[in-house]
Amino acid sequence: MTSTSSKATYVIGWAAIVALASSLLFALVLSPPEVSMGDSVRLLYLHLPTIAVSYLGYGITFLGSVIYLRNQSVFWDLLAGAAAEIGVLFTAFVLITGSIWGKPTWGTYWEWDPRLTATTVMFIMYLGYLAIRRMDLPQEVRSRRAAVIGIIAIANLIIVRYSVQWWRGLHQGQTLGVDTQLDGLMLFSLFLSVVAFLFLGAWLLIHRFRVAWLERQVEDMRLARALNERRGEAGDATLGGAVS
Amino acid sequence: MVNLSGAISLIGGFPALAGVDLTVADGEIVVLRGPNGAGKSTLLRLCAGLAHLNGGTGTILGHDLSSREQRRRIRRETGLLAHQTFLYDELTVEDNLIFWARANRADPSTVEPILDRLDLGGRLRTVKISALSAGQRRRASVAVMVCRRPKLWLLDEPHAGLDQTGRDFIDDIVRHAVRFGATVIIASHDHERVSNLATRTVHLVGGMVTGAEDGREEGQNVS
Amino acid sequence: MFRDAWLMASKDLRIEWATRVGMGQILPFGGLVLILFGLAISPDLAVAGSDGRSLLAQAAPGLFWITVLLASLLALGRSFAVESADGNLDALKMAGLDPAGIFLGKSAAVAIQLLALQVVLGLGAFVLYGPPLTDLVLLLVVVILATLGITAAGTVYAAVASGLRVRDTMVPLLVLPVVAPVLLAATKATEAAVFGPLENGWSWAMLLGVFALLYAGVGMLAFGPIMEES
Repeated sequence: MTSTSSKATYVIGWAAIVALASSLLFALVLSPPEVSMGDSVRLLYLHLPTIAVSYLGYGITFLGSVIYLRNQSVFWDLLAGAAAEIGVLFTAFVLITGSIWGKPTWGTYWEWDPRLTATTVMFIMYLGYLAIRRMDLPQEVRSRRAAVIGIIAIANLIIVRYSVQWWRGLHQGQTLGVDTQLDGLMLFSLFLSVVAFLFLGAWLLIHRFRVAWLERQVEDMRLARALNERRGEAGDATLGGAVS
Repeated sequence: MVNLSGAISLIGGFPALAGVDLTVADGEIVVLRGPNGAGKSTLLRLCAGLAHLNGGTGTILGHDLSSREQRRRIRRETGLLAHQTFLYDELTVEDNLIFWARANRADPSTVEPILDRLDLGGRLRTVKISALSAGQRRRASVAVMVCRRPKLWLLDEPHAGLDQTGRDFIDDIVRHAVRFGATVIIASHDHERVSNLATRTVHLVGGMVTGAEDGREEGQNVS
Repeated sequence: MFRDAWLMASKDLRIEWATRVGMGQILPFGGLVLILFGLAISPDLAVAGSDGRSLLAQAAPGLFWITVLLASLLALGRSFAVESADGNLDALKMAGLDPAGIFLGKSAAVAIQLLALQVVLGLGAFVLYGPPLTDLVLLLVVVILATLGITAAGTVYAAVASGLRVRDTMVPLLVLPVVAPVLLAATKATEAAVFGPLENGWSWAMLLGVFALLYAGVGMLAFGPIMEES
């Protein structure tokens, strides 16, 4: 394999484009504004799918970490890393777009509401996970430590979520509640966006995973060459050394 | 005691050992000779259960090197002396010995006699490691090893940085250990001194064994 | 396991006693941070509706806990720096100490050091920022539980970053997001203990306890895989 594209990625890629285009149409034009929130509900069609894919990514990281610790499988190790990168990417997207959208809609770039705060902490947490994957240590050590952290991270997520919720629950906060009225066309738009973002996420994940796979193969080839060179040293010594 | 076949060990992706075949029998004193970078230190660490076996097979003291569980047993039963002291600089000789004795489940009451035997008793007992000379530090590291009573002694350049007395001391310790049933593998550049000790010499170059001789008999190749 | 924990903890504390890094360097650092906060936040600003309390006094609990967090990062880094030198981590592996025991021992030692620091830093906060005190018992409970949580979680992540040359920048990045809930809960509980009313204080304290227990468990399980080099 010398390229990371394949029939599968072409199919998924095009499906993603089509789904994204149509969900854009539905989200911005075809679906009606919501009863209480008006047009600002449209942000939901962007944010909810993005954060959902993000969580899915972190979930895959968790799963991959567990399986890697069990059987040392390279596939699951690399998948966990790639999924975390996708998760971080989508989380960053949510935070940035939320901030940009927030100014004209609610007047501020930032709101200390539980969801936003917890999401930001989660973002930094997984930045830490990615930093671990890039540590200057032998590969097996790096992968093992990252896997342990990938597993613990889920527990951290829950704790942060819960405590921040409680923290802001004591104050009034302007939140983008999902308990607003959604029906019919709006539900469909939401569903469509989720599907679109899933395709997008999957496409990115496959490519990122394959790049990681290729990188690992390059490392293996380099190792094989280094092994040969090393043996060459030994060979030279026996040839040129004392034959008594 | 030691049985390695085609052993490959990677240090940060570099094949420090590229296929080592080595057999060491009980009670032997094997000397590793080779240029810098040949992989002597890695070979010793592998025998200590600290380095990872990435290829080939190996058993140390009957335990399989590729099993994590058995590597733990190997670590308990081997002793490594390297250029690092394996001591806490900030603590005294005595504190270090007592800590390491307890950590290794050895009887702390054996610390006193060992310190005396190694000439670390008296004033030196309460001196911090950081204040000792190189020779004294080496003796303290040896003391920890003696406490542990390992069956396999792995010494990495034990004479380096020591004066004549220090080097003689190391030789005595090695002979003493073997007399009490241990097996010793030494990596050393001090050819003369070490060939007096060795029952067998093994040459290591480029992460592989390139030749071996019996004891002091130079010129006899046993590969 | 407890035997190994006790062994590690007493060794770490003995080293601390011999070098006085905690007292001589980390404590002054903590005091300095407290003072810097005072410089950054004018003591003259008053907060509406808080009996004329200054902003500094009102924020005292949070500022205190941030100071403690920063000091803990130093203490945690130091705890593992001691092992990285002279190949001691290898020697610990050779000795066959129970990793869970090593975890408990090291985090207990850091916790004890932090608690000692907090006595002085706490007094400092009261003196420099001038908040009142309503419930000393709650305050003490909060301090103990929060410290246990911070050190348990911190020890796990400091171990992950051990052996790295960039350890000192990795540890904050790994530890701080994880102990953010502790900062939250401890600040809220301390506010209750210091200003009153007390109702939520004990619930927050309970959250701290849960966190501490959780991370003690996580640490004991995760330390084996983390320490295993190959």
